[in-house]
Amino acid sequence: MKAAVISFPGSNGDYDLYKAVQLVGGTPTFVWHRDKGALKAYEAVLLPGGFSYGDYLRAGAIASLSPIMEEVVAFAKAGGPVVGICNGFQTLCEAHLLPGALIRNEALRFASKHVRVRVERTDTAFTTDYAKGQVLSIPIAHGEGNYEADKGTLERLEGEGRVVFRYVDAAGVATDAANPNGSWHNIAGIVNEAGNVIGMMPHPERAMETIVGSADGRALFTSLVGSLTSSLAGSA
Amino acid sequence: MSNAATPTADEMVAPRPGDPPITAELVADHGLSPDEYERIQRILGRDATLTELGIFSAMWSEHCGYKNSRRLLRLLPTEAPWVIQGPGENAGVIDVGDGWALAFKIESHNHPSAVEPYQGAATGVGGILRDVFTMGARPVAVLDSLRFGDLDSPRVRYLFGGVVSGVGDYGNCVGIPNIGGEVVFDRGYEGNPIVNAMCLGLMKKEELITASATGVGNPLMAVGSRTGRDGIHGATFASEELSEGSDESSRPQVQVGDPFTEKLLLEASLELIASGALEGIQDMGAAGITSSASEMAGRAGNGVELEMKQVPTRERGMTPYEILLSESQERMLVVAKKGREDQVRDILTKWELEAAEIGRVTDDGRFRILEDGAVVADIPVLPLTQGCPTYERDGVESPEIQALRATDLSEHLIPQGDLTKTFLLLLGSPNVASKRWVYGQYDTTIRTSTAVRPGGDAGVIRIRGTTRAVAATTDCNGRFVYLEPRVGAMIALAEAARNLVCVGALPTAITNNLNFGNPLKPHIYYQLREAVLGMAAACEAFETPVTGGNVSLYNETDGRAIYPTPVIGMVGVIEDVSTIIQHAFATPGDDIVLLGTNTAELGGSEYLYVTAGLVAGAPPAVDLESERALQQAVLAMIRAKLLRSAHDCSEGGLACALAESALGDGDAPLGVRVQLDDEVRPVGVLFGEAQGRIVVSCDPGRTDEVLRIATRYEVPARNIGKVTRGDEGFQVTVRDASVSASVAALSDAYFGALPRIMDAPAKDD
Repeated sequence: MKAAVISFPGSNGDYDLYKAVQLVGGTPTFVWHRDKGALKAYEAVLLPGGFSYGDYLRAGAIASLSPIMEEVVAFAKAGGPVVGICNGFQTLCEAHLLPGALIRNEALRFASKHVRVRVERTDTAFTTDYAKGQVLSIPIAHGEGNYEADKGTLERLEGEGRVVFRYVDAAGVATDAANPNGSWHNIAGIVNEAGNVIGMMPHPERAMETIVGSADGRALFTSLVGSLTSSLAGSA
Repeated sequence: MSNAATPTADEMVAPRPGDPPITAELVADHGLSPDEYERIQRILGRDATLTELGIFSAMWSEHCGYKNSRRLLRLLPTEAPWVIQGPGENAGVIDVGDGWALAFKIESHNHPSAVEPYQGAATGVGGILRDVFTMGARPVAVLDSLRFGDLDSPRVRYLFGGVVSGVGDYGNCVGIPNIGGEVVFDRGYEGNPIVNAMCLGLMKKEELITASATGVGNPLMAVGSRTGRDGIHGATFASEELSEGSDESSRPQVQVGDPFTEKLLLEASLELIASGALEGIQDMGAAGITSSASEMAGRAGNGVELEMKQVPTRERGMTPYEILLSESQERMLVVAKKGREDQVRDILTKWELEAAEIGRVTDDGRFRILEDGAVVADIPVLPLTQGCPTYERDGVESPEIQALRATDLSEHLIPQGDLTKTFLLLLGSPNVASKRWVYGQYDTTIRTSTAVRPGGDAGVIRIRGTTRAVAATTDCNGRFVYLEPRVGAMIALAEAARNLVCVGALPTAITNNLNFGNPLKPHIYYQLREAVLGMAAACEAFETPVTGGNVSLYNETDGRAIYPTPVIGMVGVIEDVSTIIQHAFATPGDDIVLLGTNTAELGGSEYLYVTAGLVAGAPPAVDLESERALQQAVLAMIRAKLLRSAHDCSEGGLACALAESALGDGDAPLGVRVQLDDEVRPVGVLFGEAQGRIVVSCDPGRTDEVLRIATRYEVPARNIGKVTRGDEGFQVTVRDASVSASVAALSDAYFGALPRIMDAPAKDD
């Protein structure tokens, strides 16, 4: 998998995404946000966590207007897989590749811990290597991860099964206590209508090896590699 | 002494139009004594200009010049075969094996944080990151050592909340994981909080760069943010006592941080260093351009000439005085190789930052400042950077503290009411209780190398591509130091070392942050000297030299000093990451082994503070040789993979240590059944803070081997009980006395304490 890891000024999760791609045998490349015509060579585009432009104005707002984003939008419209994690998720929402918005955590504080998320779908390009209902332990680290959308959007997301990850407790139940930021319906990650763009607040790229506390994020990257291999083989 | 340099009167230097005359009052306002000003006149061979007075004031402040501490600091051991860079640089550097080097340092931001907690703490983190990446190392971890008054004061809650947000927001944005530290609450810090931040950075050994202005003719470039009027005279401010009015009038001396720019500056600096276009690089930290330029010149034995009009400023009309003393954040001074200025500019441009050529390296050993070509300051470098007068003061112990230390505490060994209630109270006291409310606001997992996160004994960062890891901790019990400074300082090192060995790391070096009151007072100077002597002895005993640090004096509010608090930032090396263990018990049925000896010592304990509101008695005895043996024994057990957990006994004593191991991170708490038959009063056994104790657990099949290793190192050890299932509860019995509670009660006391205080809806007064 040839993956572009986009670096905005202030991105800080780009290094971790780069390493995650390497760990599943992929070939990552850092792509600077000013590079023109840079995305043609890649099979997947990854938007990292961090504080692009210091999160000044609004998280992800300025990044969504940066030169590379036109190409990311085009890449997504053409069906290419796009992953936005944390600040990357915020940027995808700001760029309208995903619906809704991420507002300040309900407790109005930065939240950093390992949370549990349940895999709601295994038929996306990002989740084939998980089991449906599987509960993962993955870290979060964000101040603005409270997923918000109007009622109609939420109904559509749920109706179309576009919620991919949901915050749950140890028993796999989506309780208020298990919700770290106040997100509607305990939403931790969603896909777009076409299913090729995913945004999520938890950091699968920080859960790749047991030495750092969890390897539960690994399957997201192996799924992506697998889906690209199978689509190249013409079976998509 | 270098200050005897022959004066060279320079008619070129004249006061700027509008400069006030140098009066005794103006000199005093600059924190300089009449004698010190006379020395300046001798150095210059004439009166100083206002600009020069400002320069000396900053460089000869305690913060930069260490005038009251330098002679004492010379008593500390600084050398070992693994030390690559000792004190005197931006950060210390040690060899951690496999070609890797670790740069690390701790620094204080106490005064700014007392005035503006959020920015004060944030810029403290920013400064320590820059100290590390200017060595060529990539910052990989931050720790924060914080102290506040008691949380029943709304002002203290405001300071605590603000400092935690400031530390968190800055580190989170730059993307450096926080891996530990400490938070202490005691009325001894009311009004004058302690905010110390430590940073670790990793580099390949050959990537080391130092802060020297070498190569005559090489250009000096200001890199990063523009210079503004913020933080002017921060270094001098940091060297004064605070008073009632400090929070309002001192605001302009507090800097404002921009972590976004810091992140860009970090990447740009590391790229600059890797490009080979630099001779040297230094943070414009305390005393801004003045200290960075003069210190870099001093280290190289050269001079520098700077043109103030070339310095990019945030506002027009800034005087040389303001430019030279501004402590605007996120700025660097670099010495580029002549002819490679464009390469430097290109790298900065890529990172959307500015670089301006502001001067050059000269061969005349002068620190010369021009304004539009006119000389406004001309000072010989070495007397400025090295000639700060140093003092050895009279130190006498306060009779009040002598009396406190002699307090008879025997009545406190008699339980007051129900022991279990006392135990839960202690476990839920903010000093013992979980600090998850704090580190839950810090990114701890970014960079994906954090092998042990905050909440345990020490933080651990693995080194990619090797089997190695580095561990770090910060420790100091200020009450112990207050009651007996020499012993207290030894305990700080002993506890730090125990914390490191509990994760399997060999203690290798320390950085220290000496937070004290006004050294001109004999009883404060006594504390400083005694603490340094204690530290020196423990550094020798543990083979952990000092590679740098920070001195913060004048920590007083309205004449009342903080507890003397020499914070120890200790680092250690783990050779094989597969041996790392943590403090949490792992498996029901495991044996619990206590290493060390329980005593009836209660002096300075959290138990006394919580049950009687007392800080009194003698601190627990510490024996450096047996501490060293304990460290070696635990390391031997961990390397042989015999242990499933290890945890140091500190605040709250053995009972709280057992509870912490039972609770772990709270996700799957276990129970404990422990039976002790010590001939010591149960209160002492359960809650005393005797030194030299570590609680370990192991598979019952390995217990004999664990005990054998303890015997080999002559460490007292005994099997005291079992880890049980969580639903079997927590029970610790000392002869006929016992504490007994459900794991849920423990968990509520321990994890619930800080949220209950900090998240309670604001009450109307």
